[in-house]
Amino acid sequence: MDELLAILRKLHADVDFEHRADLIDAGVLDSFDIVTLVAEIDHVFDVRIPAEEIVPENFNSAAALDAMIRRLSDD
Amino acid sequence: MLFTSYSFVLLVAATTLLYYVLPRKAQWPLLLVASGVFYWFAGPSFLIHLTVTSVTTWFAALRIGGIGGRLATALAAGKESLDKEGRKALKAKAKSAQRVWMLAALLLNFGILAVVKYANFAIVNVNAALAAFGSAEKLSFLTIALPMGISFYTFKTMAYLIDVYRGKFPAERNVFRLALFASFFPQLVQGPISRFDDLSKSLFEEHRFDRRVVLSGLQRVLWGFFKKLVVADRILPAVAAIVKNPDQYDGAFVLVGMLFYAVQLYADFTGGIDITIGISEMLGIRVAENFNAPFLARSITDYWRRWHITMGTWFRDYIFYPMSVSGPMLKLSRWGREKLGEGFGRRLTVYLTTLVTWFATGIWHGSSWNFVAWGLANGLAIIVSQECEPLYARFHRRFPWKGKPAYAAFEVVRTFLLMSCLRMFDTYRDVPLTFRMFGSMFARFDLARVFDGSLLKLGLSVADYGVLAAALVLLVASRVAKDRAGDFRSRLAERPAALRTALTFVLLLLILVFGAYGIGYDAKQFIYNQF
Repeated sequence: MDELLAILRKLHADVDFEHRADLIDAGVLDSFDIVTLVAEIDHVFDVRIPAEEIVPENFNSAAALDAMIRRLSDD
Repeated sequence: MLFTSYSFVLLVAATTLLYYVLPRKAQWPLLLVASGVFYWFAGPSFLIHLTVTSVTTWFAALRIGGIGGRLATALAAGKESLDKEGRKALKAKAKSAQRVWMLAALLLNFGILAVVKYANFAIVNVNAALAAFGSAEKLSFLTIALPMGISFYTFKTMAYLIDVYRGKFPAERNVFRLALFASFFPQLVQGPISRFDDLSKSLFEEHRFDRRVVLSGLQRVLWGFFKKLVVADRILPAVAAIVKNPDQYDGAFVLVGMLFYAVQLYADFTGGIDITIGISEMLGIRVAENFNAPFLARSITDYWRRWHITMGTWFRDYIFYPMSVSGPMLKLSRWGREKLGEGFGRRLTVYLTTLVTWFATGIWHGSSWNFVAWGLANGLAIIVSQECEPLYARFHRRFPWKGKPAYAAFEVVRTFLLMSCLRMFDTYRDVPLTFRMFGSMFARFDLARVFDGSLLKLGLSVADYGVLAAALVLLVASRVAKDRAGDFRSRLAERPAALRTALTFVLLLLILVFGAYGIGYDAKQFIYNQF
């Protein structure tokens, strides 16, 4: 989780990623951020996120992102 | 059959009447028949294209769903006996079989679109290349008519197919229901590009007659006609005069043409979408919104979140995201980080995908170089603004104006002008001419030439300008009122029936009195119909 939060803070240093649960709904993360994040996750966690996983439910919070990464790395 | 034709008004009236008179089970089949009638008027042979796309998409999606179903059964049966690797192998085999069906349907349907829309564009360019190399050989042009709305229904159906492949929802079993989704007549010619899971909820539901709902839908239809006939078609002669006579109307006139075209396109396209959404609403069907005050956008990315929203999200979900997260792109991203450094190396693949997406967006609008240039210019503008982010951040640290009304207004005006400049590729339809006219706007800028009476030689009288000004004030006021107090129609729905009906008649009267039509006047095709 700490590594994920560090990646997120690199995108937007001023956002409270630990507590926010509306990152997509509130437009905090845009499409540029999302694809940058996917490449970072691939780089750091060696987890490939397919396009069908790019839905608001998976990107709205750090916790949701973390759950998706765990699920995909288990698959 | 144009939206602005009497036959279309008749079709909508007859469909709405039958929709609520016939048994409710017959509602969606009636809409399929009405869509067939609408499309028949465009050209009976076009129905073949639409049928091929509907049937092949339905069949391929059904196969994909079937493979998914069998996989689920096999996984359930092997719950105890299969280990993790075994389950993984089963899933991979099923996914691969599903991919074959998806790719076959995508190739066929995008292939049809490519041939009917882009073959002659390719031939023009091949012939130009042959001539450049001194060859006398020339390829002959194909004589294929472009089926009405093909870009829209192909995008809708292919999104449905990909979503079934992605497991977003099950495949539709009834081919006629899928055919209605593809052909639903109010949105066949200019969108919005609805998603199956969004539209199908209300499209196949049974709807009771509700006078408030029908009247509210009718009000939105009339508002759409108001924008189209009172604003877009009225300002059209001036735009045409400026654009078709670039030698006469250069310098400051280019700016005038640019601003007038922004008004025309906005009123034309949003008006058409209002008509589409309004008719759907009259039938109890909810269609996705396609605009959200685009001219109030504060940046180019904000603009594209507000203008033609369903097209933007289509390109994002089915080109930008899949390409960005594909294996080759992730490999390129790793290479970029190693060779070009963490910062730019990381952004390289995003920029490359952005350019590909915008190239596709450009050519989707039309098979000509001006649309390619327009698309790429949008992509480049987005990339430049991303690269300038650190600069903006430094500027905002030095001058803390962000969020202040005056700075927000500056951002709105800046974005409006930038998007209007990019739209010149669309206005002049010729890349070298666009650059020449853009240059002349600065080199030969002379406002006095515009206000020496020339504005009255553009096909518009003083009365026309007066009507346009009043209509624009009404458009702006309606938006301000919406932002301050909520949607006007929703508030009106709470008022007495007599007031609602009276205001609807006033709107109709405004269109009849001030609309640019009449004997000898041909209401114009919607601009987005040609895409």
